Amino acid sequence: MGINEKIKLLTGNEAIARGAYEAGVKFASAYPGTPSTEILENIAKYRDIYCQWSVNEKVAMEAGSGASMAGARTLVAMKHVGLNVAADPFMTLAYTGVGAGLVIVSADDPHMHSSQNEQDNRFYAKFAKVPMLEPTDSQEALDLVKAAFNISEDFDTPVLLRTTTRISHSRSIVKIGQKTELPVKKYVKDSRKYVMIPSHARIRHQAMMERWEKLKEYCEDPGYYDIYIPPKSSKSFSAAGIGIITSGISYQYAREIFDGLPILKLKMTNPLPENTIREFARNKKLILVIEELDPFLEEQIKLILPGTAVAGKEYFPEYGELSLAHMKKVHSALFGIDFFAGQDEGNISLNSSSFTKTVSVAGISRKENAALENLKQLSIKKLSTDLPPRPPVLCAGCSHRSVFYILKKLKVAVMGDIGCYTLAVLPPLNYIDSTLCMGAGLGQALGMEKADPGLKNKVVSVIGDSTFFHSGITPLIDNVYNNALGLIIILDNGTTAMTGHQVNPGVGKTLMGDDAVQIKPEAIAKAAGIKHIRVVDPYNLKKLEKILREELARNELSLVVCRRVCALLQKKSDAETPTIDPLVCRQCGVCMKFGCPAIELRDGSYVINSSNCTNCEVCIDVCKHKAINAVKR
Amino acid sequence: MNKIDNNSINYNKVFKIVSENSESSLKKGEIISILFAGVGGQGIILGSAVLARAAINAGYDVKVSEVHGMSQRGGSVEGSVRFGKKVFSPTIDKADFIVALEKLEGLRYINQLEKCGFILINSYEIYPSSVSSKDVQYPVDIESRIKEITGNSLFINAVEIAKGFNQIKVSNIVMLGAFSNLLPFEDENWMDAIKESVPGKAIDLNIKAFLAGKNIIK
Ligand code: SF4
Ligand code: SF4
Repeated sequence: MGINEKIKLLTGNEAIARGAYEAGVKFASAYPGTPSTEILENIAKYRDIYCQWSVNEKVAMEAGSGASMAGARTLVAMKHVGLNVAADPFMTLAYTGVGAGLVIVSADDPHMHSSQNEQDNRFYAKFAKVPMLEPTDSQEALDLVKAAFNISEDFDTPVLLRTTTRISHSRSIVKIGQKTELPVKKYVKDSRKYVMIPSHARIRHQAMMERWEKLKEYCEDPGYYDIYIPPKSSKSFSAAGIGIITSGISYQYAREIFDGLPILKLKMTNPLPENTIREFARNKKLILVIEELDPFLEEQIKLILPGTAVAGKEYFPEYGELSLAHMKKVHSALFGIDFFAGQDEGNISLNSSSFTKTVSVAGISRKENAALENLKQLSIKKLSTDLPPRPPVLCAGCSHRSVFYILKKLKVAVMGDIGCYTLAVLPPLNYIDSTLCMGAGLGQALGMEKADPGLKNKVVSVIGDSTFFHSGITPLIDNVYNNALGLIIILDNGTTAMTGHQVNPGVGKTLMGDDAVQIKPEAIAKAAGIKHIRVVDPYNLKKLEKILREELARNELSLVVCRRVCALLQKKSDAETPTIDPLVCRQCGVCMKFGCPAIELRDGSYVINSSNCTNCEVCIDVCKHKAINAVKR
Repeated sequence: MNKIDNNSINYNKVFKIVSENSESSLKKGEIISILFAGVGGQGIILGSAVLARAAINAGYDVKVSEVHGMSQRGGSVEGSVRFGKKVFSPTIDKADFIVALEKLEGLRYINQLEKCGFILINSYEIYPSSVSSKDVQYPVDIESRIKEITGNSLFINAVEIAKGFNQIKVSNIVMLGAFSNLLPFEDENWMDAIKESVPGKAIDLNIKAFLAGKNIIK
């Protein structure tokens, strides 16, 4: 092999898994969610760690807390919104503390690459008074996981390790180490610590405050920050008296572009090392705080440095991700060095904040050069914009498509959920009314029906199988209990598809590959007392329509399970690809509105692309003119 | 990097110049940034992993940025690889090279190409869902538009080559083979990278696909 065995190129998530292994973790749990999913998938490769997919993040956290009480080092992973689901146990775990080390990973998703919001979970650490570590690359991810376990045990607290998409899904070079062999701790009964009745909780809250004071001292440890001092070269702008404070992925952008300024990189961002920050800011005219999303660091640093100018969100947006391009713009605004001749500089506002007075803005602009370059860029823009967009779509042969196609035909309101099927909101189907959070649709449909009885028989809720187990069961019971009359549709494709096909309780397998009881959503519905339950193969368009019509018309609560395994997990059937007969085709375009990506409009005619088509044959019934034919064998 | 006169289409010479340019900028401590563009499911993650391993094997620091999640469902996707003496950001601003696994995506991302950067395009068309009525067409003149924007471009029929191996999936590796001509790595850096990145039984196929791409111009 070309490289040293100990040098690996790991994503942040793989490095976290490795760090957990090296820290001697014995228990790990999670619910899959981008960008956190691969942490558990990689932990599962270490055979000596017990790991599991839990049905949701709350259960994952609760199971994790039990494992920690029992004496096993434990890691629990989730995406940012998953911590909302797990917030209840999380907030009180901060009171009880831990048995063996407990580390919770929150993988945030600025810019919402694959999420419904871009909340800044750093506030959870502050909210719960839990120490938080933020790696800036994969090596630090590995190292900080190990450090987090030590903090957790030394201070008797859960520790939050916070990443973002660009940390979790970027690869960088990692030197791996040895696994620490730890003596097994024993469970110690301690009801004053673990039973949070008010009288105990009051004592634990005191303990938490004491711990917090100790952590405030501990976070000044030089292991939890780095200071970059630029070399004394001509590129150095340190004379300008500006220093940068940053953390996480923002550090990488800042370090690459602002290499002429001193940079304080914080690896622990809750609590903040006040003395270190004061020391760093000494003799500086301006502290520039570079962070994504909310001014989490900035607001605190402003309190720590009352006499110093502190800027941040004047220059960097409170939404989305930062980038090298952002850094270049701000660099240029501050120092007048033209990093980006010819690009539009419109977004930088050197507004009247106090600090512009203290920093001299040189403003050397190379106008002529820029003008030429502008012309060139304009022509590139002209040639490369106005292209047909390529949004994500339901796969060819995806069984969800039929369901939304029929619901659209039935003109009902669709209270949706989160999964691949959320893509049905995009053209050409455009057919979801609401997607709020996992499990929300069932409750929303209930609320609509109760608020406006006129909506009865006009609203349905739609939820996936994995999502149903995650948080669909309680609202299902709420529907039964409150005499709802609606229709609940479960899209059961036998997997957790969107996050990359993880198993779930409906599959009959665990994360570690063991057999498990296969739980059927309809069995749960039956046990809850729903009387009308039907199961249908959504590839059978006619039958699907008939059943949905019947159940929609019914004046009682009913449940339809649309069951067909995800197209990506099915073998392509050896039937031949259907064809569209150009002589019969009337060019009505209805098949395009069905939205299967294998149906294409090429040179003015509708054709089926055989390399993409899965031969599901659903489109045959979509065409009223019978132009689409199954090829007879 | 210098601009290359492409009219002569002596790609051997072009490759040599570009590769030498890359080498000298690396020596100066500069970072080389490569953008992969394509359609979700086309194998960008594997392509970038192999490239990144090759760069490590050649002795460089490397960072890779990948896309997982929703856009993987047939959407427009990008990924990036950056290498050099020391790399900070995993994501790029301007790309020294773009490797486009689909034609339209090549054009979509071309405004990220550095002034004197080079773009390789798989001349393969995947129709996006938006091309669904007479009003939205898949542009017919992508090649000429790209050539108008930059002479530093090369179209490769990677899918045809991959079909020769009965596996259109390996067209990403064919593209990488062609791209390898533009970088100053040793052959063994690449071979080791493939061995380190694909499962054992797929190594042979991937090496063949890589070499077919590499020898595209001879
Ligand atoms: S991955 Fe499966 S469930 Fe998701 S869109 Fe594709 S076929 Fe449908
Ligand atoms: S048979 Fe029709 S609906 Fe099914 S994948 Fe092929 S083109 Fe799409």
